[in-house]
Amino acid sequence: MAQGGGWLIMKREEIRRALKAVSPVSMVDTEHPKKGFHLDVTVTPGRLVQTVGVLDQEGFFIETITGVDWLGEKATLRKDAAATKDTGEATAPEVGPKAQDDDVLEVVYDFNRFDALCRVVLRVRTPRHKPEVPSITGVYQGALWHEREAHDFFGINFAGHPGLTPLLLPEDADFHPLLKDFNK
Amino acid sequence: MSAFAQTQTGETFVLNLGPQHPATHGVLRVKLVMDGEYIVEADPVLGYAHRMHEKMGENRSWHQFLPNTGRMDYLHALAYNQAYVSLVERAAGIEVPERAEYIRVITSELNRISSHLVWFGAFVLDLGGFSPLLYAFDDREVILDLLESVTGSRLTYCYFRFGGVYNDIDKNFVPGTRAFIARMRERMPMYHALVSKNIILMKRLQDVGPVSADMCRKYGATGPVARGSGIDFDVRKHEPYSVYPEFDFDIPVYYECDSMARYMVRMDEIEQSLRIIEQALNKLPEGPVMAPKVPKNIKPPKGDYYHAVEAARGSLGMRAVSDGSATPYRLKLRTPSFSNLMLFGEACRGMLLPDALAFMGSLDLVIPEIDR
Repeated sequence: MAQGGGWLIMKREEIRRALKAVSPVSMVDTEHPKKGFHLDVTVTPGRLVQTVGVLDQEGFFIETITGVDWLGEKATLRKDAAATKDTGEATAPEVGPKAQDDDVLEVVYDFNRFDALCRVVLRVRTPRHKPEVPSITGVYQGALWHEREAHDFFGINFAGHPGLTPLLLPEDADFHPLLKDFNK
Repeated sequence: MSAFAQTQTGETFVLNLGPQHPATHGVLRVKLVMDGEYIVEADPVLGYAHRMHEKMGENRSWHQFLPNTGRMDYLHALAYNQAYVSLVERAAGIEVPERAEYIRVITSELNRISSHLVWFGAFVLDLGGFSPLLYAFDDREVILDLLESVTGSRLTYCYFRFGGVYNDIDKNFVPGTRAFIARMRERMPMYHALVSKNIILMKRLQDVGPVSADMCRKYGATGPVARGSGIDFDVRKHEPYSVYPEFDFDIPVYYECDSMARYMVRMDEIEQSLRIIEQALNKLPEGPVMAPKVPKNIKPPKGDYYHAVEAARGSLGMRAVSDGSATPYRLKLRTPSFSNLMLFGEACRGMLLPDALAFMGSLDLVIPEIDR
């Protein structure tokens, strides 16, 4: 049975403190009725395993791991910045030859609790041209297949994973269908 | 584990189970390393029914993905309908009329019972008992007829819409469902007398397939698998959605952590679903079944959204990333059997092969839902 009331508020505060201790890049409280989760945490790849370890100690279970390809995000940001800067003349936004190189892949980890409603979303950003994040299989065995799936779909290399062989794609698959430039 | 340790000879061989084995209920292949009759290692091989629903989601409008949701877990398709429409309603801020929510709950719970009945029949069939399958399918037929009359289909439902349901129930639906509740309540004692208390079944299931609560947590196993391991976790109570808080029902929990516990959880759940349906029929409000003015072209605001529901196999979550356009930027499906099957490899180490098959049956796998 999900615990509620004061206990839950205290617990969430405790979790927030524990996560604060691993100095995340950002930590945002979100409105559950609107978003479907409570805490949105972004960490650097270097801090990932430590952060997941904190969640493990706090008694979270792993819901899922997935990726999001942010191809073109930086170009859009530059374009927006250019648009706000040059109000007068319409100059073409500066898009260098390496424009796509600094785009990122985001790896999203969903955690939840059995005893109380507290969903934590953990995000790690990794460069798109060489996507690599540490594997969390040492903390949660449940990451084994989720990481293999994310590797299938996005080509993310989970360093330290015991066997990143294709899980859902054919065994000789050398493509990553959820990348936004797949088939282009 | 002890039996395995005592008989270990060091000589092993690889046994290929599936992908077309009746016990795997679909195209699942398991590579087994065997020491005689004992399993040393089990490695499920997935992907035989992989259709890449997540990519399909990125290539069509929010509305156009609806039929896909009925084609993952073909036994409890309405839960997938529910998860997806709730997710988009959350993202786009669409209010749903109360009558529509009640109809969603009634049909979804009927579908849950039909799903458990298929599992029950097929599971007992795996264990060598043929006739319970015929009884179970007889009952399921009534549900399929009821659902067909309102949804228009018998298996791959696409009944829920953003803001409501596709059409209102007809005048035969309520009396038909009431008759089914009465019928099913009469049948349950028969099932228990015929199957649950059968000594052969008990010997096949009790103390077989241990899954600890901590294992569930580490692998993210949910649904009847977790509830058979003493974890009181059900999304309908834990993270209430739709009108579930209006109803009085219990979450069956068993603490034995074995296949029998998982069996009992599902059998008890059928009775709890009947309770929910009965209360929903009694309280069913009048009114429209669709929200007025749901835009044809839904464009949820930028951001990401998550919504979970309790499917027959566990916590089903969908995550959508919207870039504010008419097409999802990213759609992630967190399916329960995927996590439930993942622990199979660790849990069946040292088990006899026939026990492992009984264990696999108790996980209630639907392969197209794992492969997506």
